[in-house]
Amino acid sequence: MTFSANFSLVLPEIVLAIAALVLLVAGAFRGKVGAIFTLAAVASLVAAAATAVLGPHGHAFGGVYAADAAATYAKVAIYLSSAIAVVLGDRWLAQRGDQKFEYAVLVVLAALGMGVTASAGDLISLYVGVELQSLALYVLAAMRRDDAKSSEAGLKYFVLGALSSGLLLYGSSLIYGFTGSTHFSQIALAAAHGGSHGVGLLFGLVFLICGLAFKVSAAPFHMWTPDVYEGAPTPVVGFFAAAPKLAAMMMFARVLGDAFPGSVDQWRQILVIAALLSVFVGAFAGLAQTNLKRLWAYSSIANVGYALLGVAAGGEVGLHSMLVFMVLYMVDVTGFFACLQALNRDGRPMETIEDMAGLIKERPGIALAMTAFSLSALGLPPFSGFWSKYYVFKAALGTGDVMLQWAAVLGLVGSVVAAFYYLRLIKSMWFDAPAGSVDAPSPSARAVGYAAAFFSFPIVLVALVWLDPAAKAAAAAFGHA
Amino acid sequence: MPLQAIAFYLLAFVTIAAGLLVVSARNPVHSVLFLITAFFSAAGLFVLLGAEFLAMLLIVVYVGAVAVLFLFVVMMLDVDFAELRQGFAQYLPIGGLVGGILTLEMVFVAATVATNGAASKNPLPNASPGGVPNTEAIGRVLYTDYVFFFQLAGLVLLVAMIGAIVLTLRHKPGVKRQDIGKQVARTPKTGMELVQIKPGEGISE
Repeated sequence: MTFSANFSLVLPEIVLAIAALVLLVAGAFRGKVGAIFTLAAVASLVAAAATAVLGPHGHAFGGVYAADAAATYAKVAIYLSSAIAVVLGDRWLAQRGDQKFEYAVLVVLAALGMGVTASAGDLISLYVGVELQSLALYVLAAMRRDDAKSSEAGLKYFVLGALSSGLLLYGSSLIYGFTGSTHFSQIALAAAHGGSHGVGLLFGLVFLICGLAFKVSAAPFHMWTPDVYEGAPTPVVGFFAAAPKLAAMMMFARVLGDAFPGSVDQWRQILVIAALLSVFVGAFAGLAQTNLKRLWAYSSIANVGYALLGVAAGGEVGLHSMLVFMVLYMVDVTGFFACLQALNRDGRPMETIEDMAGLIKERPGIALAMTAFSLSALGLPPFSGFWSKYYVFKAALGTGDVMLQWAAVLGLVGSVVAAFYYLRLIKSMWFDAPAGSVDAPSPSARAVGYAAAFFSFPIVLVALVWLDPAAKAAAAAFGHA
Repeated sequence: MPLQAIAFYLLAFVTIAAGLLVVSARNPVHSVLFLITAFFSAAGLFVLLGAEFLAMLLIVVYVGAVAVLFLFVVMMLDVDFAELRQGFAQYLPIGGLVGGILTLEMVFVAATVATNGAASKNPLPNASPGGVPNTEAIGRVLYTDYVFFFQLAGLVLLVAMIGAIVLTLRHKPGVKRQDIGKQVARTPKTGMELVQIKPGEGISE
């Protein structure tokens, strides 16, 4: 493959890198963020998504970068979700007089990192992509540096993220040591031959999975999530809960589907345990929460558990269910945090369940949208959350593995427990007496919230018609590194 | 060969002696200077092995950046090292235990590798495979096969730089900065003010 042919495969990344540099220079010289600046960041993200869709498929730089259906699927979702985060975050920071041009630049660079991990074909590109995205996210969490909680969130995220990177690297070095290559395809070959290095390789795989579980905030590596979600700026939290989660799940899919497709029996039990722990930690710890950002942090932990259950099912069916699940979840969570950031009472953000009392009389539109997201997260048909869980449970039950079938049943029990806190939120919004008037919501956040609510039901029924085959084609791309 | 042997023993001795002085020197600035000496002699050891690129890297990165940064930290932050040294005798047993275990482990590993481990199976890696010096060998792949990683690493550094600026830079309104354009554009009219002073009174400002 010629040098320039390699570059034509990484065109989405090149578009984002150039856009980030141009935005950085423009921001540094102009100092102010206008509508054009935000629009340019959004346009570059959309352009990157378009190049990902239209660009050629193949493996670049000797297989360290894979441009295939799976990468395209993930990149479109990640870039578009990042574009929404740019719009929402910019408005939110502007309202608080804390607008910085670096916000959009960092989101673009984080999206670049996430895209790299989504198409990683090598342990090095996986790690560099992880670092690129994580470093940008740490800064975004601490963006409001004069706010003690935001600084705390950034610091906690940074320290635990550095620890997880260490685990990831340790696992990678073990895998490299025992297989002699960092390429996923070479690792898959070495793992298939097994033999004497089986135990050492498994050791490396366990460390790698632990590091990835940190990034995706699966129990028992979830401790940082509630604190970071509570402290970080609300639109940033909406971003954290959507795009990086899909990117981290894509890393799971890349590592397990490309590098270790033959060792399903070995990694399945680890994933099932992590998935069930996540579901139950998310369900039971969420019961005690009154702050909605913390509550949704636990909800995201539980949802990651369901996605991991899909990955644990393994093969094309399992990855297919995970990809559908994550995209539907991303829409829900983006919509929920858009609504949350739109709600203020006397300039103070409404963040607790009590604050939501009587919202249906004050802001019926937003209350309806938030009800839809809660019912969707609960898994009530016909909302999108039901369909995402349906895919995962179908994949888990279809494997014929008894352990996985029991895990699916326990997962269902967990979602019934979690139903309590979603219903409590709905009850507070619909039946409690209002605590005072709500400020006028910002139009962009409200628009995103409404759009996501309409997607959750009824658009999801139409969207699934094309989402399903797209995810199926994406899942089929794994294992051909 | 004797010249190389002399150089090796000299450099190894200086490295170890400087390392000991780093931890035993009373003045922290001296500690950092000994650390730089240790880096330099370690770089010399790399040269003896034929790994001149690593030697350059050690000097450029560790001496040029890291050690100088240490020096700045030591001199600018008023850390009371005498206080840090307190309780030396108290922590000696546990510290000694950990150090002893580490030493034993390293001896075991080195002995195993030397007798029947990797050393017997893999000969010493050639520093200049195919007659290409290792700096040139790295240069040949860094911008071709590994250009993707290289550029991504550059972006990671860019993010680190943006992050440091976003989180620490504050534009204080009262600070006077030099603006050459403004200085050149000054005319006597804007720079001077004629004031009528009444006898017995000062100027208001």
